[in-house]
Amino acid sequence: MIRLERRPQPSRAWTWATPPLAVLLTMIAGGALFAALGEDPLVAIRTIFWDPLFGDFASYSRPQLLIKAAPLILIATGLALGFRAGIWNIGAEGQYIMGALCAAATALAFYPMEARWLIFPLMILAGMAGGMIWALIPALLKVRFGTNEILVSLMLVYVAENLQSWMALGPLRNPDGMGFPGSRNLSQYASSANPELVAGTGAHWGVVAALLAVIAAQVLLSRHRLGFQIRLAGQSPRAAAFSGVRPGLLVVLCMGISGALAGMAGMFEIAGPSGRVSIDFNVGYGFTAIIVAFLGRLHPFGILLAGLLMALTYIGGEMASMALNLPAAAIQVFQGMLLFFLLAVDVLTAYRIRRTGEAAS
Amino acid sequence: MTGPLLRLTGLTKAYPGVIANSGVSLDIAPGEIHALLGENGAGKSTLVKTIYGLVKPDEGTMEWRGAPYAPAEPSEARRTGVAMVFQHFSLFDALDVAENVALGMEDPPPMRALATRIREVSQAYGLPLDPARIVGDLSAGERQRVEIVRCLLQDPRLLIMDEPTSVLTPQEVAILFETLRKLKSEGTSILYISHKLEEIRTLCDTATILRGGRVVGSCIPGETTARAMAETMVGSALQAPERASRPEGPVALEVSDLTAASPRPFGTALREVALTIRAGEILGIAGVAGNGQDELLLALSGEMTTAPGTILMGGTDCSRAGPAARREAGLLCAPEERMGHAAAPDMSLTENAFLTGETRQRLSRRGFADWAGARAFAARVIEAFDVRTPGPGTAARALSGGNLQKFLIGREILQAPKVLVVNQPTWGVDAAAAAAIRQALLDLAAGGAAVIVVSQDLDELMEVSDRMAALTGGRLSAPVPAQGLTVERIGLMLGGAHDMEAAHAPAREGAA
Repeated sequence: MIRLERRPQPSRAWTWATPPLAVLLTMIAGGALFAALGEDPLVAIRTIFWDPLFGDFASYSRPQLLIKAAPLILIATGLALGFRAGIWNIGAEGQYIMGALCAAATALAFYPMEARWLIFPLMILAGMAGGMIWALIPALLKVRFGTNEILVSLMLVYVAENLQSWMALGPLRNPDGMGFPGSRNLSQYASSANPELVAGTGAHWGVVAALLAVIAAQVLLSRHRLGFQIRLAGQSPRAAAFSGVRPGLLVVLCMGISGALAGMAGMFEIAGPSGRVSIDFNVGYGFTAIIVAFLGRLHPFGILLAGLLMALTYIGGEMASMALNLPAAAIQVFQGMLLFFLLAVDVLTAYRIRRTGEAAS
Repeated sequence: MTGPLLRLTGLTKAYPGVIANSGVSLDIAPGEIHALLGENGAGKSTLVKTIYGLVKPDEGTMEWRGAPYAPAEPSEARRTGVAMVFQHFSLFDALDVAENVALGMEDPPPMRALATRIREVSQAYGLPLDPARIVGDLSAGERQRVEIVRCLLQDPRLLIMDEPTSVLTPQEVAILFETLRKLKSEGTSILYISHKLEEIRTLCDTATILRGGRVVGSCIPGETTARAMAETMVGSALQAPERASRPEGPVALEVSDLTAASPRPFGTALREVALTIRAGEILGIAGVAGNGQDELLLALSGEMTTAPGTILMGGTDCSRAGPAARREAGLLCAPEERMGHAAAPDMSLTENAFLTGETRQRLSRRGFADWAGARAFAARVIEAFDVRTPGPGTAARALSGGNLQKFLIGREILQAPKVLVVNQPTWGVDAAAAAAIRQALLDLAAGGAAVIVVSQDLDELMEVSDRMAALTGGRLSAPVPAQGLTVERIGLMLGGAHDMEAAHAPAREGAA
């Protein structure tokens, strides 16, 4: 018989070994899935994980890696702070949208003024403020009235999506757009554009911000009092109260920071890769970032790697569905498997497997 | 029946790095109350877990009534007739008594029948229990009754009890002993683990003493002294705490008209609590857990703020201040629950040292933690309080109860508090560690600090306190000088035995 036995303390080795193991298991199970769909599993896996970086069309797909990974990393880093403290911001998608809308509105308010030194930083601030305010709604409701932040933040996503459609069709619509929905293209307006910094890499200001956020979060969690309080509150709420942590303040801080980072991600997206406010410029980064946060062990550097991996499966998945004619749903199943296996093998960090023989008595 | 009920021969169990049991042999006769004595880490738990089928020995054999006995799991041990009451209760707060009992049974009868059985058994053994009550509402003593009744329903031949009296008042202890003697007279054997040597002397027929995993002695407790047993346990002469006479200092802490609802769903509200304590004084607060002890601690530590003017530290009102501000002012607390309240189980000792040490030990600069300083502080606590652990990097969860408690009390004492409040400072701690903790509290008071000791252990309170008060139902009695108080007198201060009565006449119905 196989039995799980709790370890005296969580295994450090397994904490780091489980994500690669989960990726490996995903490849095996995913390969089986693709084989069942009549594809050569090795070709499919290679198309997803190898071709985007080193294949024939890599020069096109490689920059996409950073473009897609940056918002995921930026959002997931913020979410991880809250998740570490047991504060569940599920509405990053809405905060991302609000950040993008506020940033776009700021830029368009100045159009066509040429003052990049003023407008671009202002957009960043506006994006952060938009995301932060959207996240503070569930935070303050939770602190003041004890509402559930999971529900409120999630439902605010749908409010944000409706605001987005209204903005795209109404106030922010391009006056020169001949009635088509969508705003002016911000990436073509010199004062607001978020261009590729090094040609061919996809690196824009959002990538820089994501890297800075990862480093700042790492320093915060490992060196700062607030980071200690976040970890403490997540592990033992009563010990946190005993230590002097004010739970309400922590909720506001964690939600505020994660909202601001999500809003910032929205700003960089709307000013660069996406370019304009349309009815559907958001592609679910806010939700995918939740997976990225957990895939990265809620650890900033882990999130960095997880964000890159997730971006890779997105790009590779797209390539696989085009090149091999795999159904889009199969790619989504494949991505779902990744989270599933991660959570499943996660058990090994806190427990070890023991074989117990059937003892005759 | 002749021969022992259970015979252990040469039991050995090694874990990586430690030998928990080494060649342990002992016999338990039918109808005998057998004490198992030893410090924390002496191997008592491993031994009883082996008997209960939780641990498989590396070597050695067990015989049950002469037949080989090697339970693969607890359910098999229970079928054989072994029952165990654990030191830490395994009950679900949100379920009622009958549901909790049913969860521990292989094949529970219908709820209504079970409730009747619980009522019968608990009455027969003088442990009244209402099967319909929610466990979260019960005191620690009542929770223990649930565990005992759960065992008695299995009609065991051998009942193992791990530290059963640490949560009881003297009267409750007396009643428990009557229950155990009644079981004994019916032929049930009891394996009794305790640190309280006087109790063992009055209750137990034989005692086996373990040290470092080996049997180092056995005796008939009634014919020896507690001191002799303690010295066999520790392996060296024991030092009784010394009390220096202390001059009266200025008022350190003043609590007046403290009335506050409990922040917890099953808590007890504090009612008009008032106390004054001077520097250099130790005030003992007696009472059974669940009578407002936790709430008093929360109110003093600052986890729960109270009406302005109710708590004065050296004349300054701190009733609205949070924990960090109170630490800054010199008011330090050590809560009862070690895991999850006083310490974060999965964090290292360094991080746990930072948990309360940040303010007074200046372990952060502009918000950034000084981990080297925290590690050094943790190392000082480990050194000064003889905490047995590989080092400050160890997770709190990996420490034994006694060692963690030494660390947690030491963590507060080394911060040089002006007022220290400790709740159940030696709960589940072995004799030597308990003596060390009490001595440290006495030394702290001798150094000019005011100390409030909240405890259920009256012997402990008598040993350290200058004055004593009792906390019952959220009310604190007026403190009286501890000198000349008798245990009976304090028992009366505590308001009797909380609806307990001695095991009374009708024999246990349906008993085999």
